[in-house]
Amino acid sequence: MFDFIGFIPRAVMQGTPLLFGSTGETLTEKSGNLNLGIPGTMYVGAICGVIGSFFYEQAAGANMNPVLGVAIPLLCSLLGSLLMGLLYCFLTVTLRANQNVTGLAMTTFGVGIGNFFGGSLIKLSGSEVPAIVLSNTSALFSRPLIGGNSWFAKLFLSYGFLAYAAIIIALIAAYVLKRTRKGLHLRAVGEDPKTADAAGVNVARYKYIATCLGSMIAGLGGLYYIMDYTSGIWSSDAFGDRGWLAIALVIFTIWRPNVGVLASFLFGGLYILHMYIPSGMNLAVKELYKMIPYVVTIIVLVISSMRNKRENQPPASLGIPYFREER
Amino acid sequence: MHEKTHNPLIHISKRSAMPWYTAWAIRGIALVAALVVCAIVSVIVTGEDPFQIYATIFEGSFGSSRKVWMLLQNIAILLCVALALTPAFKMRFWNLGGEGQMLVGGLATAACMILLAGKIPNWLLIVLMVAASILAGAIWGMIPAIFKAKWNTNETLFTLMMNYVATQLVAYFIILWEVPKGAGQIGIINQKTEAGWLPMLFGQKYMLNVLIVALICVAMYVYLKYSKHGYEISVVGESERTARYVGIKVGKVIIRTMLLSGALCGFAGMLLVGGTEHTLTTTITAGRGFTAVMVSWLAKFNPIWMVLTSFLIVFLSRGAGQIATNFGLSPSFADILTGVILFFIIGSEFFINYKLNFRKHEAKEG
Repeated sequence: MFDFIGFIPRAVMQGTPLLFGSTGETLTEKSGNLNLGIPGTMYVGAICGVIGSFFYEQAAGANMNPVLGVAIPLLCSLLGSLLMGLLYCFLTVTLRANQNVTGLAMTTFGVGIGNFFGGSLIKLSGSEVPAIVLSNTSALFSRPLIGGNSWFAKLFLSYGFLAYAAIIIALIAAYVLKRTRKGLHLRAVGEDPKTADAAGVNVARYKYIATCLGSMIAGLGGLYYIMDYTSGIWSSDAFGDRGWLAIALVIFTIWRPNVGVLASFLFGGLYILHMYIPSGMNLAVKELYKMIPYVVTIIVLVISSMRNKRENQPPASLGIPYFREER
Repeated sequence: MHEKTHNPLIHISKRSAMPWYTAWAIRGIALVAALVVCAIVSVIVTGEDPFQIYATIFEGSFGSSRKVWMLLQNIAILLCVALALTPAFKMRFWNLGGEGQMLVGGLATAACMILLAGKIPNWLLIVLMVAASILAGAIWGMIPAIFKAKWNTNETLFTLMMNYVATQLVAYFIILWEVPKGAGQIGIINQKTEAGWLPMLFGQKYMLNVLIVALICVAMYVYLKYSKHGYEISVVGESERTARYVGIKVGKVIIRTMLLSGALCGFAGMLLVGGTEHTLTTTITAGRGFTAVMVSWLAKFNPIWMVLTSFLIVFLSRGAGQIATNFGLSPSFADILTGVILFFIIGSEFFINYKLNFRKHEAKEG
């Protein structure tokens, strides 16, 4: 029998970083910025949180204040990913650089920052294994809100607070985008900045705010991954290609954060499905299972472009810099 | 009634044209600024004096004849991928799938090397490797192009996703072919027989790679600048509507160009597997498919300038790698420095394309 009670919580935990990433990227893309730096931003969000908690754990020793233990990594992470967002905006909005090139450079940079400082901290801690272990902080982050041993509690109540935060943020983002005036303006900026500008919307400000907020949300995904999913263990390249999977998820959800809640858990499930499906001795097939999320994303992308329904398209000005005088 | 209108401090306008030497001077200034920042970062991290750092960067590329060849070899592969992506970029088709196209090219090469070694003469094996890698890369590049041409599917996202499909495909075959069983890796292919290894030229292992890429570079320059195809690519890139109006079949151009782009990427994968590494891993491309995007863009899609930009990036990353080894830092240090330099160069483009007009004090209105 397939172990659902074991599988679903793992899938949710695997999907939560993706949900953070995709909510952040959706907000960003709605402003017309295709931020391919999100994978790097998630690394930076993760490592900044790790740095913060590492030094706090060292300083506090045994008597850690739980509030500070959560707040310091959280703030460090938010600050780090905010800086990445600002950098992206400065280059693409203010200096009108090419978004793809800037994004890719940021991913190189962010992954480099993550692995470099991670490596330095490992050296600093003088540990034998090439990893940093932050079990005290992780205990605070992964403590279940209510907990319990029934199947219901295992499925719904067993996660750390950031997992619930991810869902709430996604729902808020969906509401803001769809139902508020600010969301309308933001979508207008992404669809047709000229019209938005003519209507008196400050295009640059919307792009800056949406992209920076998006980066901060995505950075939390990195933090969640380290503090909760891996129980506070940082090792080089541990985060893998999840950032790209988050970008895939944006397409898969056709730019809707509320769909992302379930879709991210589905992706998380697909990502770890290979561990639960008995493939006998054939390990190779497991690698093919890992392909499924990407193939599914491609299919969604193709179908949505074939059906050509207006509400299912990428924002019309996605990837195109806006320059008012260039009309 | 005269209302005072808000007059911004800085007014930005587009430059009409700039002589190429001024443009390159601006890029040069950005590069120097970037190098200064990199030195500052390195000094903070290592505590050495900056000249020592610069010396180390040079040592990384020119320290020994082996290092020079490594530099050339790395430039050759990166340049090959950048050249491959360029026709697509000129058409404003953002082929971010270089990684995947290289990987399937490498996979096809490795397949030939593993399955056919010893069964056919070596020259035939190499011919088959080249053909298979080109075919694999072309198919991988053509799939997104067909959908772009027919249904206007977003190519940036499509090609990006194809990278990871390719990665998992390679992972699958690595486990299928792993030596020894359970090792999770292939190891050096045909280490004893050297079947399918690209031959040495003038006693240099990488000479052939370098020469081939040099040829491709010139050919690509001619193709883009002087051929009818190249002209069609520029027209489609400038304005699809114009292209349609003058009777260019846009869909056909897109598919044809991506066929070329993917095929060359696949060929680069062949150079990597058959000519350099003689093995296959999922990370064998080392991000070159993405780095090449920047190489091509920094050179303004000009194949000749790309020699310079790819040299710059390889030189710096090898130099930063040397700093990391000499001072016992993590090899990721190279990524950080490369990132900083790219940010500066990316930012400098603004000052080439746009002009800042500062508000004049008490300007009289006519």
